[in-house]
Amino acid sequence: MIRTAWLVARKDLRIEFRSRVLLWQVTPFALLSLVLAGLALGPDKAGSSSSAPGLFYLVVLFVALSVVQRSRSLESAPGTRASVATLGLDPAGVFLGKSLALTLELWGLGLILLIGSVLFLHIALIGAVKALPSVAVTLGVMSTAGTIYGALTTGGEGPVTLLPLLTLPAFAPLLVAGERSLSAALYGGALWEWWVIVVVALVAYVAVGVAVYGVLEES
Amino acid sequence: MSGSFPLLAGLTFCAQPGTLVVLRGGNGAGKTSALRLLGGLERLNGGSGRVLDIDLSSGDRRGLRRRVGWMGHEGSFYEDLTVRENLEFAARSLGRPVEDIDPALERVGLGHRRSTPTRQLSAGQRRRLALGWILVRRPELWLLDEPHAALDRSARDLVDQLVLDALSVGVTVVVSAHDQLDARLAPDQVLVLSGGRVVEES
Amino acid sequence: MMRRSSRWLGWTTAVLLAVTVVMGLWITPPDQVQGNLVRLLYIHPAIAWVALYVSFGTAVVAAGLYLWPRTRSLEMDRVSYCAMEISVVFIALTLVTGSIWGRPTWGVWWAWDARLTSTAILGVFEVAYLALRRANDDVEVRARRSAVFTLLTAINVPIIHFSVIWWKTLHQGASVLTATGSLNVHGTMLTTMLLSFVGFTTLFFWFLFRRVALESRRDARRTGELDSALEMRRREGVG
Repeated sequence: MIRTAWLVARKDLRIEFRSRVLLWQVTPFALLSLVLAGLALGPDKAGSSSSAPGLFYLVVLFVALSVVQRSRSLESAPGTRASVATLGLDPAGVFLGKSLALTLELWGLGLILLIGSVLFLHIALIGAVKALPSVAVTLGVMSTAGTIYGALTTGGEGPVTLLPLLTLPAFAPLLVAGERSLSAALYGGALWEWWVIVVVALVAYVAVGVAVYGVLEES
Repeated sequence: MSGSFPLLAGLTFCAQPGTLVVLRGGNGAGKTSALRLLGGLERLNGGSGRVLDIDLSSGDRRGLRRRVGWMGHEGSFYEDLTVRENLEFAARSLGRPVEDIDPALERVGLGHRRSTPTRQLSAGQRRRLALGWILVRRPELWLLDEPHAALDRSARDLVDQLVLDALSVGVTVVVSAHDQLDARLAPDQVLVLSGGRVVEES
Repeated sequence: MMRRSSRWLGWTTAVLLAVTVVMGLWITPPDQVQGNLVRLLYIHPAIAWVALYVSFGTAVVAAGLYLWPRTRSLEMDRVSYCAMEISVVFIALTLVTGSIWGRPTWGVWWAWDARLTSTAILGVFEVAYLALRRANDDVEVRARRSAVFTLLTAINVPIIHFSVIWWKTLHQGASVLTATGSLNVHGTMLTTMLLSFVGFTTLFFWFLFRRVALESRRDARRTGELDSALEMRRREGVG
């Protein structure tokens, strides 16, 4: 399982590295969304709003959604699906591998977005640094959840429009937890509840993914 | 099978190890579906079957897929990976030696293309890559879906030669084709499909 | 047998709900604070109970049974699907009746209360479930995906609930909700309320029986169609 996970993660990351879709498509989109978030706040609040953590996570959420879709599309061509199916990979390993690759990709994007928030939304640099661990874990949960929900929408009709509908409700508590913990890191406040939520969610998704990913991949 | 339209409706045959079986028939006769079923890529909705001693309805289809070499129409791989990286992924997934990759690429005439991204390959080169992928995997059963389609003379000869080599070491090969295969390959069994069932057998 | 028991269930439900209506509208007294609005007590909690616990719970249990290899059958998938469908209706009713109640008592149609928010998100999950089913043709694939999605939803609901509770408490005090005050429920009011719980629960099971029967017939017809399709496919062949 671990071997397969490693293999799949390396393959996904290598494809990402080669295709540069993250670099040239997702990153500009992410930064643009931050600028738009600033514009949406209005000229008075753009640089000094307590809404910054929420907007940051809202942008993270949509970026995560597009990266999940991207990760899914790597195997979605019918020919590729057949070829990969003949490798008979361990599904739990595939799940862990894809989640791992997605997590690393989202970490990169999350870091860029945090720097962007310091620049555009004027959040305190020290607060952003303090928020790093909670951002990292939240993005990890989004990746594992996204990998499972992505597998639910392979093939069939309208997977592109179905994925957000399936995934966004599940991202809601992550958005809440993330926003609160980032606020706490910036302006002070209790943090442990957010860790409980995110860690419980992470454990739940990993457990479900390892147990049922095979059921989803089987056609 | 997707939706509720049956792709196969009465197909019975038995192939001995180390023999060549040819499935013939026009478009939509059910050749590809039959091959997919044999390769464990499709679920069996009725009837029964055993391939490489694995039951198609209740057995370990994932295990079966690992032992089958498949060449489809598209011959799709990861487009952003190079030729060699695609084979490396396959070899490592199946625990096959990575050292086999370069000789296999030479054998199928892609030695000079090993670091080309797969998306830049022509249709014919993709089929050669698919053959290379089979060589690296060393499967016990070869399933080739119209292996001569879109290939030039030399590539067709290559396919035939590889099939002959495989047969000589006891591999079973099932091939689908529109019409007659080249004379070099003498099939042990020919099944003519039409409307998802066998209409002629020899 | 099945037909008969479902008919009995139907009549029992009708009687129970009729009695609830009579008691709720005429026999129970109006509340000192809330006046006649208190009569929503005989609808809203019972509907919410069916939506959140009985029907969604049935859907989750059936989905779990489907995923468990030993009890895997399409019947479980049908039960899960039908229960979920009924749950969508009851959740919509819960939100509507809650909103009607909330407007005069809290002064707003919607409050960012943990229960309200998690119920609404569960509703979105269930609508997504229906969309997921529509997107898949293959019966087996659909059953598997639906079951996994149901399971994920079941895990998510408590997580969402707690996250919203903490979101509220750290944000500001739950000022709106305390305004309801504690209702003093006793005597005929309590009896009527309990009756409504039983009535709506039997209503759910009656719906479920009928809906699953309908779905089974639909599946059976599909199987019949498969046979004729096989015949058609054979005739397509020339030989």
